[in-house]
Amino acid sequence: MSRLIRMDQTGHTTLAQWRADDPEAIEAAVRAFREELDRGYFAMVSTGEGQAEQVRELPVDAELVIMRLPISGG
Amino acid sequence: MAAEPLPELAAVHWRPRVDARRMRRTDALWTATTVAHVVPFVAAAVALVLVQPLAAAVSLAALAHAWVIPELYAQRGANVVRRKRSRATPDAEQRSVGLLGDLVGHQARELHATTGLILERGRLGAWLVGPAGALLVRPGGRRVLCYCVGVSDPELPSGDRIAHLLLALRSDERGFATVANLAFSGARWRVRRRLAKEMRPALDAGAAAARDLGRLDAGRRNQNAGRDRPAKVDMGAIP
Repeated sequence: MSRLIRMDQTGHTTLAQWRADDPEAIEAAVRAFREELDRGYFAMVSTGEGQAEQVRELPVDAELVIMRLPISGG
Repeated sequence: MAAEPLPELAAVHWRPRVDARRMRRTDALWTATTVAHVVPFVAAAVALVLVQPLAAAVSLAALAHAWVIPELYAQRGANVVRRKRSRATPDAEQRSVGLLGDLVGHQARELHATTGLILERGRLGAWLVGPAGALLVRPGGRRVLCYCVGVSDPELPSGDRIAHLLLALRSDERGFATVANLAFSGARWRVRRRLAKEMRPALDAGAAAARDLGRLDAGRRNQNAGRDRPAKVDMGAIP
């Protein structure tokens, strides 16, 4: 089961869950994904040990997609 | 690391993108600045005592300045990982630490539990990431760069704050070092003394990881030098 989560004030919130063979769940996940991008979040996917990648489309085959806020120098 | 640069770079478009060479230059500049602060005070202290031994008290004050200024800079560096009280609920803290734990290995999880910092090996060195900043131990383990960087939502729990920085670092390490504000660059021992006691083992672990990176870098350089060197010719074989 793949998950789309957003890091927020609760620790994290699961926005969507889907399986590759469930088109309705995928559609709902894509919708949730786009809403978060519109709110200014960036989507990140782990691509191996110590590596991550920013994605602009929901990678349906990814196990975990994490939405993060922009960072800045303090 | 990954090819796509951090989108946050657009907000600091005037900054040149950091690389290892630029980092060495920045580090050298910090050392030169420290020397420029310290040497005049030491020189004045020595000259005062030579000219007028009764001015020993003033001379001591000058020496104190020479000692205090680098210490203040180091304190500024250590402050980037200083623990601050979280505004998040204990539940949120626990959930955020759980997610962070999913992103890192067992050793990093253990180190975080005792020190509050996550150790992450990069190409530029070994990073120690905290909720509002990161320390970069350069290959070799002797020099440390302290960066102030974070996410602007004050309500986020500490685990999420670290996860934000960790994911950004993993996606574009050089971009991360460009976006972050450099608070200090200098000797590791200077920063270590100024860190909270419970955080010092993290810096030691970072130094050990950075020494490994330094050895790897040296090995790579030797390999490249060997490749560039002309092959040895057996003169005896030439008629």
